[in-house]
Amino acid sequence: MSEENGRAALSAELMKRAAPGRTDFEDLVIVPVLAVITAIVLGGLVMLATGVSVGAIGTAFVALFTGSVGSISAISETLTAAAPLTLAGLGIALGFRAGLFNIGAEGQVLIGGMAAVIVGFSFESLPIYIHLPMALLAGAAAGAFWASIAGWLRAATGAHEVITTIMLNLISFRLVDYLLRSPFVQKPGRADPISKNVTESAQLPQLLSWLDPNMRVHAGIVIVVLAVILVYWLLFRTTIGFEFRASGLNPDAARFAGMKSGVIIVVVMGVAGALAGLAGANQVLGVLGRASPGFSGGLGFDAIAVALLGRSHPFGVLLAGLLFGALQAGGRQMQVSAGVSLDLIAIIQALIIIFIAAPILMRAVFSFAFQKQARR
Amino acid sequence: MDIELRGITKRFGDLVANSGVNLSIKAGEVLGLLGENGAGKSTMMNILSGLYRPDEGEILIDGKPVSFRGPGDAIRAGIGMVHQHFMLVPVFTVAENVVLGVEPTRMLDYLDLRKAREQVREINEEYGLEVDPDELIENLPVGIQQRVEIIKVLFRSASVLIFDEPTAVLTPQEVTEFFKIVRSLRDAGKAIVFITHKLHEIHGIADRISVLRAGKIVGEGLPGKTSDQDLAEMMVGRPVTFEVEKKTFEPGEVLLDIRNLTVLRDDDSVAVDNVTFSVRSGEIVGIAGVQGNGQTALVEALTGLRRVTTGSVTFQGKDITGASVRDRHRMGFAHVPEDRQRAGMITDFTIAENMALNTYYDEPYSHGIVMDWKAVADNSAKYATAFDVRATSIFEAAGHLSGGNQQKMIVARELSRDTKLMIAAQPTRGLDVGSIEYIHKRIVAARDEGDGVLIVSSELDEILALSDRILVMFKGRVVAEFGAGARPANKNDIGLAMAGALA
Repeated sequence: MSEENGRAALSAELMKRAAPGRTDFEDLVIVPVLAVITAIVLGGLVMLATGVSVGAIGTAFVALFTGSVGSISAISETLTAAAPLTLAGLGIALGFRAGLFNIGAEGQVLIGGMAAVIVGFSFESLPIYIHLPMALLAGAAAGAFWASIAGWLRAATGAHEVITTIMLNLISFRLVDYLLRSPFVQKPGRADPISKNVTESAQLPQLLSWLDPNMRVHAGIVIVVLAVILVYWLLFRTTIGFEFRASGLNPDAARFAGMKSGVIIVVVMGVAGALAGLAGANQVLGVLGRASPGFSGGLGFDAIAVALLGRSHPFGVLLAGLLFGALQAGGRQMQVSAGVSLDLIAIIQALIIIFIAAPILMRAVFSFAFQKQARR
Repeated sequence: MDIELRGITKRFGDLVANSGVNLSIKAGEVLGLLGENGAGKSTMMNILSGLYRPDEGEILIDGKPVSFRGPGDAIRAGIGMVHQHFMLVPVFTVAENVVLGVEPTRMLDYLDLRKAREQVREINEEYGLEVDPDELIENLPVGIQQRVEIIKVLFRSASVLIFDEPTAVLTPQEVTEFFKIVRSLRDAGKAIVFITHKLHEIHGIADRISVLRAGKIVGEGLPGKTSDQDLAEMMVGRPVTFEVEKKTFEPGEVLLDIRNLTVLRDDDSVAVDNVTFSVRSGEIVGIAGVQGNGQTALVEALTGLRRVTTGSVTFQGKDITGASVRDRHRMGFAHVPEDRQRAGMITDFTIAENMALNTYYDEPYSHGIVMDWKAVADNSAKYATAFDVRATSIFEAAGHLSGGNQQKMIVARELSRDTKLMIAAQPTRGLDVGSIEYIHKRIVAARDEGDGVLIVSSELDEILALSDRILVMFKGRVVAEFGAGARPANKNDIGLAMAGALA
């Protein structure tokens, strides 16, 4: 009896959760924060090196700040830019969790966006509560289909998803160009490749146009929040997410535990593609109102950076998406006020990723911020 | 050359790997260094071979203090290390491997292989090693590859040779050969350090024994004089039982019946060749054999991980030749895989998540697709306690556990379900004496409760201690059977069968 009591006590002891360790905090918070700061400082040095005066650099950074969070309209711009980045970033993060390097978000955004546009202009008189969900679903489904091709190739033939998704990107660029010139899609009376406009019943309603018609933030941010919660739930609360994470961390152990890696790969790619497709739909239904060549504007590639910066955690991706959205919105303001090229933002984004990817470098440069590690 | 370590202390952060270690190594003598995993043996040898610098203490060579700034310094001082995992290039010849890094050259950096071959031959003759300098490494058996490692060290004119768990990969016959070589090295005046955790070996080879526990030298012993019992107690810090207590052998119905099983490796070579045997309930069948003779593929085929080419597997009268891994789990298969870190667990997952790896898809651990983490946590805490997994919390990453605790966690997971057949491959490889004792007890308990057990191990002592019946695999075939009706188990005969002499 007493032995049983002892065991019960031991079990209870084991059930206690240790507070998150110092190392976790360093990896998840300190490294990304330092990476962002270092990148911004280096960005300033780049400006200096290219002959921008110190005063202009100051103006530029002030503009970066005011243009991203300085006013309601700045925040509106930040959220507008953050929404698709976060959605596509979530898809990529999901792939990372399952050990898949999905470079294909750009293509999936395009294909999903195209599908959403086609559904968006094809119906004239549907109520918004039917038409809009239909268009969004079409975007998600098309993105899922496009990404699953790469998943299926990997599962069935072993073709690496890095290669196949890059190739699918190239195909999608031309496929979209082709569709935009087909009589069914192309806007009547236009010679250039551009689609018909999405009917109003399929547009994501703008949220702050009653304040100022120029505020572009739209209902897509609701979808983003829902997607973040859904992906978190999927990853950490379901058997499917358990399988994703297991096969991502140790495919052999997952196989030994009886998980079917082929099925998992196809499902992961499908979900990732659906999220990227939603990002595309979000753009065409919320911001652009139609599709034109390359309307994704590289957001599928920026999303890779967002997923990395967010440490492949849904909430991290949300924060990273907001940061990158802010950099984009602020960068435009910077260009206007200080005459500094928007390309600087691309440099800062790239530097952030390099520093995130090199935590040892961060630890070495900022050794004061980290606990001394036991060397093995 | 004599070496003395005085008061060596080495810390990694808060962890003290070695603390005040004194050790003397003398020319013409074999020092046996006993210690469990994590006792600090490797740290100490890495200090001696120049990989780590001690935080305190000094190293004296022939009475003079030295300090090594890197492995190069230690090699120049005459200290050579033969690692447990060989560092050889498989597609190079013996001579090429031996000279790698210190190649004899002629004008214009021309690689003088003739000279290399000559030097290898000289070393060969001096110590009776009998290795063909022109043979490719990949064509050589493991025992000979180890000799190549020895030649490498001697070629760099080492006078102190450190062997790290040298017999782990050898057959009993190869061990005998290896001991002969070690003796001839000793007689030639070399100083030898022989690191091991196997007690019986140390008596056969060492002149002196030092026991390391928790970073400190806790005792000395003399081979043949100090008993195994005492040495083990020094090593573990508490009395250890060697005998595995088993109930009398009362086998029940045939559980697993394997008929004419043939299984291929990934490269389509035959791994398992027309094998037939069965496992009954309440019986432990041990599969002995040198690694690489088809045991891995056999286990993979039996657990549903590898396709069966021909033949059949029946479980409780039902044909399961093509059944999936999960089907077999649900039928009551428990599988302890041979490579625990690669296949048995996910080091970045928590203990709780690891304990759910092959039950998560069933009630009560999930309802539909929704995980019930509460149920998972309850169950893992219960079984982690029952199986003596030493952890601070079940939400700790499993990779932080020691090897012994990781293996206990895996065994706990596998036996936490209602099992009927346990398949365990190398269940105690690399574990400390305490964990080995515990896992053996659990395996025997499963058998005593009526499970059928199939054990695959290259550790002959383990097979002998546990098995009711022993099968020896050689080149994919079962070449001999011992115990329970067949000829009685005998270490020498099994060793011969493992080497293929009975094939």
